[in-house]
Amino acid sequence: MSNKQMSAADVVAQMKDGMTVGIGGWGPRRKPMALVREILRSPLKDLTVVSYGGADVGMLCAAGKVKKLVFAFVSLDFIPLEPYFRMARQSGSIEVMEIDEGLFMLGLKAAGMRVPYIPTRVGLGTDVLKRNPSIALTASPYDGKEWVAMPALPLDVALLHVDRADTRGVCQIKGPDMYMDDLFARASRNTFVSCDELVDSSYFAQGDEARYVFWERSETTGVVHMPCGAHPSSCAPLYGFDVQHFKEYVASAKEADGWQKYAERYVHCGEEQYLERVGGVDAVRKLPLPVF
Amino acid sequence: MTEISLVDRIICAAAQAWKDDGEVLATGIGVVSRLAASLCMVSINTDLMMTDSEAWLVSEPVPVGPRKGYAPQRESWMGFSRIFDNVWGGKRHAMVGPTQIDRFGQANISMVGADYDRPKSMMLGVRGFPGNSINHANSFFVPNHSTKVLVAGEVDMVASVGYNPARLARGWSLDEIDIRFIFTNLCVLDFGGPAHQVRLVSLHPGVTAAQVQEATGFPLYLPENIPETPAPTAEQMELLARLDPHNLRASALG
Repeated sequence: MSNKQMSAADVVAQMKDGMTVGIGGWGPRRKPMALVREILRSPLKDLTVVSYGGADVGMLCAAGKVKKLVFAFVSLDFIPLEPYFRMARQSGSIEVMEIDEGLFMLGLKAAGMRVPYIPTRVGLGTDVLKRNPSIALTASPYDGKEWVAMPALPLDVALLHVDRADTRGVCQIKGPDMYMDDLFARASRNTFVSCDELVDSSYFAQGDEARYVFWERSETTGVVHMPCGAHPSSCAPLYGFDVQHFKEYVASAKEADGWQKYAERYVHCGEEQYLERVGGVDAVRKLPLPVF
Repeated sequence: MTEISLVDRIICAAAQAWKDDGEVLATGIGVVSRLAASLCMVSINTDLMMTDSEAWLVSEPVPVGPRKGYAPQRESWMGFSRIFDNVWGGKRHAMVGPTQIDRFGQANISMVGADYDRPKSMMLGVRGFPGNSINHANSFFVPNHSTKVLVAGEVDMVASVGYNPARLARGWSLDEIDIRFIFTNLCVLDFGGPAHQVRLVSLHPGVTAAQVQEATGFPLYLPENIPETPAPTAEQMELLARLDPHNLRASALG
C-alpha cells in the first residue's frame, strides 16, 4: 500500500516555475498556509495561482511569486480588502482572470470531468466576458440562445489543508463546509494536502467519520502532517482564524518595507519558529471560531 | 429625526422587498440587508429561507452579532457549493451593497478606475455578482446616496447585469433580468419607470426629490405623487430589537 506522507519541502520540490497552482479554502478559511509559506521560502516563480483568495494570494503577490491570478475575490472577510493583493493589482504587476465564484467552480468541475467547457448563463452581460476574451460564448444545439462556455481550469498542482488524513491520502474535513476543495483535488494533476492530524486508517471506520471524506484517496498525491497548518486562517472546528495576526499582517502593508519585516518574522524563520511565534499549537487551537 | 430611526425606517422598507417572493432563499449581505431579510421572514413572508451566513439553512433568522447562547435553528446543510446549486436554479433574492450602480441597474464591487489593468482602487473582485444577477432577483442597499455610488454612464466594471439591451447575448431578453429595488439613506428606488428607468418610489422624511436627483448620476423617473417612506410600526421595532440585540444597525449608515 502506498505511503504518501512527505514534507512541505518535498511538495515544493515537485513544483516548477510557471506552474498553475490551485489553492483550496475560502478567504480566511482553511487555507494551506504552511504550504504557502514553504513556497514563499523557495525560489519558485511565475506561478498562475487559482484561488478563492485570502492571505494566501496576498502573500504570494507580496513575495513576487504570481505571474497570473485566477480569482473571483480576494478578501479576509472581516477585513474586506486584502492589502497586498490590492497593491499588486493597482501597480499592474499581475495578470488576472477575474471570474464569478460559480464560473470558477464550473471551470474546476470541467477540468475534473475532462471536458473542455461547461455551458452556463453565468457571466452573460457582464464585463467578465469583456475582460476575459478567452471565455467564449457558444450556440446551443438545443435552443436559439448563446451561452457562456466556461473553459476548464486544469491545475498542475492543488494545495489543500484538511483536519485529518492518513498516509494513504484519505482526507477528512470536519468543518461545516468543504468549500470547493473536492473540485480542486479533481481538477489537478497532483494534489498535496496538509493535515492538522495524521491518523491511522482505522480512524475512518469509526462511527460516521467516513461521511466527512469528500474525495477518494486516488485524488491525493501527497500528505504533509502540519499541525495548525492553516494558521492564520481557520480550520473549524479545530480553531478559528487569528484576528490579531491578520490585523498585524494587514497593518504591515502600510509600512514601506512592511512585507519584508513580516516575512522576516513569520516566513523565513521556518515553520517550527513560526508556530512558536504565533503562540504555539495550544494557543492556536484555542482561537475562537468566528460568528457570522 | 435621529440616524437610528432612519436606519430602522430603511430596514422596514427594505423588508418589503421579499414580500411576494414565496419560498426563496433570502440573502442580505451586511447588517441592514440581513436585518431587512430577517424582519421579512419573521413577519411578512414566513415562507422565506435563510442561512446562518456560514453553512446551514435555518428555520428562523439568526440574530446578528454575538449569540450569547442562542443556538441557530438548523434545517439543512447549505455549504457554498450548494448555494450555487440554489442560485443556478433561480430560487433566491439577494440584497447586496455595491460600490457603484448605474442607470441600468448594473452594479460593481470589483474595482474603481478607468484602467482595468491598474485600477485606481482595487476592491473585492466580481464575487458572485455575475451569477446572481443572471439567475435570480436582486436588490441593493446604499448607505451613502451620492453620484459616486449612483454613477453617470456605466459602472467601471459590470459585475452584475442590469437592464442594458446593448449587453444582451443572442436569444436573451430583458425579461430574464430581475433587478428590484435600491434602498438608500435618502429614498427608495425601483426600475418601474418607462423602459426600466430608475423610478423614485418614496422619500425618507425631510428629503426632496430634487435632492435625490442631485445626488444621482442619471435622470430619475419622478411620478406625480411620491409618498414618504413609511415609519416602522411598534411591532416591527419589537422584532428588530430581537433580531439585532446589540443594536449593530445604529452604526450601519456610517
